[in-house]
Amino acid sequence: MSQHTHDSHSSPSGHHLHGGPKVYATVLAILLALTLITIGASKVDFGSPSANVVIALIIATIKATIVALWFMHLKYDKPINGMIFASTLFFLALFFAYPYIDANSRTDVKPSNWKGPAYMPDSGSAVRGIGANFPVRPLPPPPGSKPAEHGAEKH
Amino acid sequence: MANATTTTTQTRIGTAPPPHLNYLTENNTLKAWLTTVDHKRLGLMYLGAVMSFFFIAGALALLLRLELLTPKQDFMDSATYNKVFTLHGAIMVFLFIIPSVPAALGNFVLPLMLGAKDVAFPRLNLASFYVYCTGAVMALAAIILGGVDTGWTFYTPYSTTTDGPVGLMAMAVFVLGFSSIFTGINFVATVHKLRAPGMGWFQLPLFVWGIYATALIQVLATPVLGITAVLMVMERAFHIGIFDARLGGDPVLFQHFFWFYSHPAVYIMILPGMAIISEIIPAFSKKTMFGYRAIAFSSVSIAFIGFLVWGHHMFTSGQSDLASAIFAFLTYLVAIPSGIKIWNWLATMYQGSIDMRTPMLYAMSFLILFAIGGLTGLYLGAISVDIHLHDTYFVVAHFHYVMMGGTVIAFIGGIHYWWPKMFGKMYNERLASIACWIVFIGFNVTFLNQFMMGSQGMPRRYWTYLPEFQKYHIGSTIGSWILGFGLVMAAGVLLASLRKKEYDAGDNPWGSRTMEWETISPPITHNFEGQPVLRHGPYDFRVEPTPATVAGGRHSG
Amino acid sequence: MSSQVITADHEAHAHGHDPNLQHHFAEMEQQFECSKIGMWLFLATEVLLFGGLFVGYGLMQGQHSEAFKSAHHHLDWRLGALNTIVLLISSFTMVMAVWSAQTSNQKALVRNLALTIGCACTFMVVKFFEYSHKYHEGLLPGAFYSYTGPHQNAEFVFFSFYFMMTGLHGIHVTAGIVVLTYLLIQARKGAYNSSYFTPIDLTGLYWHLVDLIWIYLFPLFYLIS
Repeated sequence: MSQHTHDSHSSPSGHHLHGGPKVYATVLAILLALTLITIGASKVDFGSPSANVVIALIIATIKATIVALWFMHLKYDKPINGMIFASTLFFLALFFAYPYIDANSRTDVKPSNWKGPAYMPDSGSAVRGIGANFPVRPLPPPPGSKPAEHGAEKH
Repeated sequence: MANATTTTTQTRIGTAPPPHLNYLTENNTLKAWLTTVDHKRLGLMYLGAVMSFFFIAGALALLLRLELLTPKQDFMDSATYNKVFTLHGAIMVFLFIIPSVPAALGNFVLPLMLGAKDVAFPRLNLASFYVYCTGAVMALAAIILGGVDTGWTFYTPYSTTTDGPVGLMAMAVFVLGFSSIFTGINFVATVHKLRAPGMGWFQLPLFVWGIYATALIQVLATPVLGITAVLMVMERAFHIGIFDARLGGDPVLFQHFFWFYSHPAVYIMILPGMAIISEIIPAFSKKTMFGYRAIAFSSVSIAFIGFLVWGHHMFTSGQSDLASAIFAFLTYLVAIPSGIKIWNWLATMYQGSIDMRTPMLYAMSFLILFAIGGLTGLYLGAISVDIHLHDTYFVVAHFHYVMMGGTVIAFIGGIHYWWPKMFGKMYNERLASIACWIVFIGFNVTFLNQFMMGSQGMPRRYWTYLPEFQKYHIGSTIGSWILGFGLVMAAGVLLASLRKKEYDAGDNPWGSRTMEWETISPPITHNFEGQPVLRHGPYDFRVEPTPATVAGGRHSG
Repeated sequence: MSSQVITADHEAHAHGHDPNLQHHFAEMEQQFECSKIGMWLFLATEVLLFGGLFVGYGLMQGQHSEAFKSAHHHLDWRLGALNTIVLLISSFTMVMAVWSAQTSNQKALVRNLALTIGCACTFMVVKFFEYSHKYHEGLLPGAFYSYTGPHQNAEFVFFSFYFMMTGLHGIHVTAGIVVLTYLLIQARKGAYNSSYFTPIDLTGLYWHLVDLIWIYLFPLFYLIS
């Protein structure tokens, strides 16, 4: 027995029901609009390449927040649920931050016998990925064998 | 409902009552046990499983130490040796120590301590056990199919390129991770929603705080282990290019992924051990816990800071100096809450009425051994020192002091402490304490030798070594025999007590004040008659302990 | 024997308790809130599971930014956008299903669950078309990468991640379809109403998470240029 005035219903929590068709439809409309904005923004050149990534992620985060607050009821729930979710995101950020710092600071301090990284980021040559002339320095020969002309890549 | 009396603090040895229907005897068919959702039965099944794996992996360790008596091959070639230490580590970490205290003791004790009838999700609890069994079978299959020699840490590029059932072992770890996650979810929800009336957060026993902090780590860290295992298998099978330098990937990234879980994992291992010690010390000092809030908050702090320090396993990996410096600094932070706990435990014992029975002997062993282990961790946390000590026996000794001298000692102490509650039968105190001494002496002989040779440069995971290290290896091996004997003796003493016909332990042989002692030993299936209400703090020794109240049982009023 | 041994059925008749109340909870609200906490904790593990893949993708993108940029042109952003819209609509129908259960509207509940399942299946069909296209082009993960057109030499890493992440996401969508189908069957039997709609609510949370993950996957794979 659905009523239009949802305040008269009780749920197991004894609380008034939150949300409702109007609220949810509005949220959906906002989400769809943000999706269109995301697509539009990706077509625009903002100058630096990372700007597009950042903007796309910001809009995605806004959409995610809206879904979490209204569709997932975090706005109406007790704080514990939101705290669980927020702390997850915090630790995920941590998980990304450290290796990012590591990877970007590997060459900050170079020892005098530094020969360069073991791998080269792709330099744009149009070759196949695996087992071919990938522009990487050859591996040293295994101990006890004769050194090869090119470090043999065996797959 | 019960009036404070003076009689119920006495043990009931000698006045053994007739057996009552309890969780062990009620509905005692095989099918009932295999489909049980009773947290107590599941706790016992976990206990049996983890202890079996402990002894299997322990036997592997004895074999390793036997081979290391001489630098030459004695009975194991080097390839087999590599497999044996890998399996020792993998079984001990994933099949024994991670589940041990939470799944075995935690499952049994937590609801009783909270005055609840079960954990929040009993069926999830049963699922967790079967997932554990599945993972165990997969790991055993990997062993039977030839075993794995990558070390339990599975570092790339070796693990992604070597032959052998590495993928199967990785998937076993993935599955076992879910068992741990389910347990963690269960315990967090239980502590939030199933506390007895009157039991606020700061009336919780400290065991609950420790298990709660552990459960938080289990939920947040273990999924990353899962995805790490998946990525490793993908790299092996499909060469996706994330960890292989030849394909543009980064092998050190694997170590970031791996240790993001595995460092918090060591706090999954130690926090429950500390939680047990926080129960034993006040009970056996007959004194309230000094600095209750400090210990409670330190548990949660350790859980939190533990997520920030994983790179201290990677100082020599090729990680950048900046990242290493950040990790080293934060590593020193994480030592502080552990230190706080030790001081508070000591302050609790000070001027207490010390009861020197077996659980307390294990607790005091813990204090000494964990202090040594923790302090040696500080050496390893300093980058300049770690350069020399990384991958030596110093590291091996350090983590055995904290994991074995810490968690395992606490676990065994906890088993002795709650044994009368679980089974209603008391073990032979004299033999149990002798076993504790043997374990303590054997442990130190085994691992002090390893500190010494490690600091002199003996590398870990080596099947052979230079002659100058042989005397340490011989000492360590002899210690391992003493240790093994002591552990087997401890197990034997406990199991022998089960052969008694009557429940002679009494409901509260130690006179503790936490709620699990307010029900009969062994408990009825539904733990309590009605809903118990909190009457006093968990370490309040100014009042008499609340007697168990089971209508129709041995006690009245 | 303890009086607590009475089964739920007896309780329903003898004590007026909701037959869905489990014996270790004192009241329905406690059980409901506890279930929600449990579900959120499970969602936390899912976020960290996928999060690991996002971290790997992010770091690899940093190492191979040119290759990733050129690789994404092989993806059709219109199909990605279609899938995004389909999932957003399914989130709407899912939350309406919860609302229907909360207001004891069985017909609407069944309808909304069916619509959610329909959207989910649409998503999987679109995915199937996308994957087939990739298969024909040879744009496959890692060792199976056999594309012969012009490309940068690390593009296969992009496709490794594309298949792993959308594949894992697709597995979760499929699992969701299975659970939703079960709920649909139960809903038609009248199992859910305003005093007990917990499974609908919890499945809704799971479903919204699946949507959330796609909200991040879509721009990162389809739109970065």
